[in-house]
Amino acid sequence: MPTISVGRDRLFAAIGQTYTQEEFEDLCFRFGIELDDVTTEKAIIRKEKHLEEEEDGDDEEVIYKIEVPANRYDLLCLEGIAQALRIFNGLQEMPTYKVVNISRKSMIKMHVKPETSSIRPYVLCAVLRGIKFDEVTYNSFIDLQDKLHQNICRRRTLVAIGTHDLDTLHGPFTYEALPPSSINFVPLKQEKHFRADELMGFYKSDLKLKKFLHIIENSPVFPVIYDYKRTVLSLPPIINGAHSAITLKTKNVFIECTATDLTKAKIVLNTVVTTFSEYCERKFEIEPVEVIYSNGKSVVCPDLSFYNMEVPLSYITGAIGVPLEADEVTSLLNRMQLCAEQSVSGDNNSNITVSVPPTRNDVLHPCDVMEDVAIAYGYNNVKDITIAKGYNVSKGRAVSLKPLRLEEFSHLIRLEMAMCGFTEVMSFILCSLNDNFAMLNHEGDRSNAVIIENPRSSENETARTSLMPGILKTVGQNKGHPKPIKIFEVGDIVLLDETTDVGATNRRQLAALYCGATAGYEIIHGLVERIMLVIGLVPPDDNTTFYLKPSDDPEFVMGTQASIIYKGKRIGTSGIVHPEVLNKFDIPDPCAYFELSIQCFF
Amino acid sequence: MAEETILGYLAKNQEIADSGEFAAQHGLNHDDVVNVIKSLHGFRYVDAQDIKRETWVLTDEGKTYAASGSPEVQLFLAIPPEGIPLEELQKKLDPLLFKIGRAQAAKNKWVEMGKQLVSRKVQHVDDTVKDLLLQIERGKVIDQDDIKALKGRKLIATQTWNGYSVRKGPEYAPQRKKFAADLTREMLQSGEWKNLEFKEYNFNAKGQPIEGGHLHPLNKVRHQLRMIFLQMGFEEMPTDRFVESSFWNFDALFQPQQHPARDSHDTFYMKVPAITKELPEDYVERVKRVHESGGYGSRGYEYDWNRDEANKNLLRTHTTAISTRMLYLLAQKPFTPKRYFSIDRVFRNEAVDRTHLAEFHQIEGLICDRGLTLGDLIGVLHDFFSRLGMSKLRFKPAYNPYTEPSMEIFSYHEGFGKWVEVGNSGMFRPEMLLPMGLPEDVRVIAWGLSLERPTMILYGINNIRDLFGHKVDLGLIKANPICRLGVD
Repeated sequence: MPTISVGRDRLFAAIGQTYTQEEFEDLCFRFGIELDDVTTEKAIIRKEKHLEEEEDGDDEEVIYKIEVPANRYDLLCLEGIAQALRIFNGLQEMPTYKVVNISRKSMIKMHVKPETSSIRPYVLCAVLRGIKFDEVTYNSFIDLQDKLHQNICRRRTLVAIGTHDLDTLHGPFTYEALPPSSINFVPLKQEKHFRADELMGFYKSDLKLKKFLHIIENSPVFPVIYDYKRTVLSLPPIINGAHSAITLKTKNVFIECTATDLTKAKIVLNTVVTTFSEYCERKFEIEPVEVIYSNGKSVVCPDLSFYNMEVPLSYITGAIGVPLEADEVTSLLNRMQLCAEQSVSGDNNSNITVSVPPTRNDVLHPCDVMEDVAIAYGYNNVKDITIAKGYNVSKGRAVSLKPLRLEEFSHLIRLEMAMCGFTEVMSFILCSLNDNFAMLNHEGDRSNAVIIENPRSSENETARTSLMPGILKTVGQNKGHPKPIKIFEVGDIVLLDETTDVGATNRRQLAALYCGATAGYEIIHGLVERIMLVIGLVPPDDNTTFYLKPSDDPEFVMGTQASIIYKGKRIGTSGIVHPEVLNKFDIPDPCAYFELSIQCFF
Repeated sequence: MAEETILGYLAKNQEIADSGEFAAQHGLNHDDVVNVIKSLHGFRYVDAQDIKRETWVLTDEGKTYAASGSPEVQLFLAIPPEGIPLEELQKKLDPLLFKIGRAQAAKNKWVEMGKQLVSRKVQHVDDTVKDLLLQIERGKVIDQDDIKALKGRKLIATQTWNGYSVRKGPEYAPQRKKFAADLTREMLQSGEWKNLEFKEYNFNAKGQPIEGGHLHPLNKVRHQLRMIFLQMGFEEMPTDRFVESSFWNFDALFQPQQHPARDSHDTFYMKVPAITKELPEDYVERVKRVHESGGYGSRGYEYDWNRDEANKNLLRTHTTAISTRMLYLLAQKPFTPKRYFSIDRVFRNEAVDRTHLAEFHQIEGLICDRGLTLGDLIGVLHDFFSRLGMSKLRFKPAYNPYTEPSMEIFSYHEGFGKWVEVGNSGMFRPEMLLPMGLPEDVRVIAWGLSLERPTMILYGINNIRDLFGHKVDLGLIKANPICRLGVD
């Protein structure tokens, strides 16, 4: 979930109401955002620099850190949050955003060259005229672009935003893709010219920008936007040109969004222009730009049209479980920035016609409308119908359930193991390949293990193929524990398995370890027999059930180890743990161990 | 022996004034007498008062002289009446003895140290030093000047003597009662138990630690939760499937392919086996359509859905992957309502800290039925959480790609004095359910929470690594209460 930092006093001024912190928290809770932290600018700086706490001066501006839902791009800045809460509180009507009606001829044009299709095929543009920035709104404008880049734009891979001082440029513009060596310009915050390929090297050491280089770095052509005079506007998605940089004095802003995903580019452009059209001379008005593709196709953007949805009233009330009249529903929806009107469908059922504004791209389906009704009505006002309806009696029939055999059986085995005086441990599924193989003297044998592509640390390279590494690690970590140590685990391992859809399968295992002054294999042996007995298998005069067969596994000492054979198949191992293995797990005392698959017993 | 003598003596006499004298009179070892007095005092048969005395005892050197005479006398006796050359005399005596003896004899003016001969000055001498030492050894009192002289020659030293004066105590009896420490088989067999009184057990001391087996606290809580679900009529889902395809973990849940949760920063993807081999193709086609262009009343996400992305194997990030499979299977048959639950492991490629691990247990419950409402969800949440001891709940709107409405569940924690998030819930989106083939009026309400967090709160554990994994102290597993969730 994105977190937005806003000045408390400016936010309250924008909402048009002042709150105590508790009141504001409650408002957030009802609306579905969260006041995550309350801090000050100086406190943030102190924290970054790891300085000592000081007394906060009264004059310091209080910062609210607000967490907003990941699909509400319209709430990624102060302006958006304030407007949403104003409307939620009934202090404001939903604004109507307008694309200024100008002729195609007088529209600013953006020509798209065909080469761009190989690297970043889409561009959308718009103009905000007569905007008035002050320091705070200017910063908010920059921050919003940052937040969009981080979230919906997926770190600029899907969409990148460039904003320019239109008065420094001369249209029409072109969106091209050129060999890096042929692009030369002064990038933002620099004073000298760079060739685009050199610029990539230069930014390798730039903490912020180096993360984006991979998006175009290896392409033979880089996307670039020029004006009529061949001034570089931007080298998307990396950097803008210094020439057209916006300042506090900028009056007319040219916005371009280059993208690999057209839908997201529309959302991003709409979010930027609707939010900041509030500061335009003519409020909520946006000037369109015509984007012309080389095949002659042209698009006028932005597209601020409403998306219309017919939602039966019965669907809304039926899903929430609260009887509401159509006019109640429409006024609740208005508080959630959705324009709604009552209509009647052919079969005389009441419908709600919902017009979804361009700011609410999160609304995909009538269920989203239904949710907004529920939020405005108040989740905590929805009646709990546990008793009234009885969710647990379906159609008046009692339900007869079957237990899940694997889980029930595992539970019974756990109880038996504890009754035998062993203590249960729960170790991790994830482990390193080293833990799972080399540490157990199984160098070079990895054939049955799954391998994780992108582990953050070596502890997460694979899923265990036996319970042994986790149990031995537990003993190694509990060296000070009084002897004997008697522990067991019932848990899943993961093995490659060609016969399943994904190519891997879980197996439920039981393992136990004894550690004392002597290895005590006879105790482990007795435990195996005990478990077999409680499963209902009598040892081992009759080899058709189970028996122990001498084995030569490298994790055990030769001569004191045996496979556990059941119905002719090896289902487990047992033995005195090899001193080399003990040493690798930092265990100073002798241990005996067994492990078997319990999957074969039902 | 000593005990009988002491108790017997006190039967007839007021007091034993001095345990030392008493021991001497009765021919007893004083140390034995002291031990008996201490024990009788402890059981309040007698009252004993300390007596301390300083006495003189012989040093090792003193003891030698008491036995074989003082050096000066030995020297004197070594001189024959006619005298003896110094060298001869020196040869007759131990060098140290000679040195001391010569000095003392000279001081006493017993001998003449001539140039040629050493000769006696007097005819007879008395060994007073030896006599005095013998007197001290026998405990006799001697003159202070003599003490001073002997002390000066380091032949005697002081020693503190400890003894007691003893009177009857409040529990006095002429014979001590016997207390048995434990009941033995012999006592039962001989019938001796009838005459015995038992030593009072020290109830302030710790009992003996009990050896036995133990269940892991996380599993104890897990078991109680299973019981709660079963009592509520929920069926357990088979979740023994850690490796999952992106399709079942994400795509089937209407989670778009660019969603941040699908990032390699959050999800473990598999190198081996990298790709799933088999998906239900007609269903995949419907899922692709709903992502790309919607349908079922939805706009869809309007992007190019990529099959390769769906085929990628991963370690499941939530058990909802299993719920999705179960709902899909349910949709392939004539509809019957279901209540499902699971508690099993999930994996996140996240940085680990005090409260986060790369793997943890997810608890999930869902109800699938016709005409379910948000009110039903709130109802089942109240029922479920009140069984966990959380009866005060409130709900916050939230976002989750596959549920709408989505509600975060908060519970008022009396101990912390604040509202704490305890889980997530919602109704599955139609874009998830309808492509499966479920009837249009079927809704699914579901909720989830982690097993670790409530267990940590329940057992007062602050660091998740103290609860789960190989770093857990076995002592902690052995020493924690039963889990009474769903019982109280």
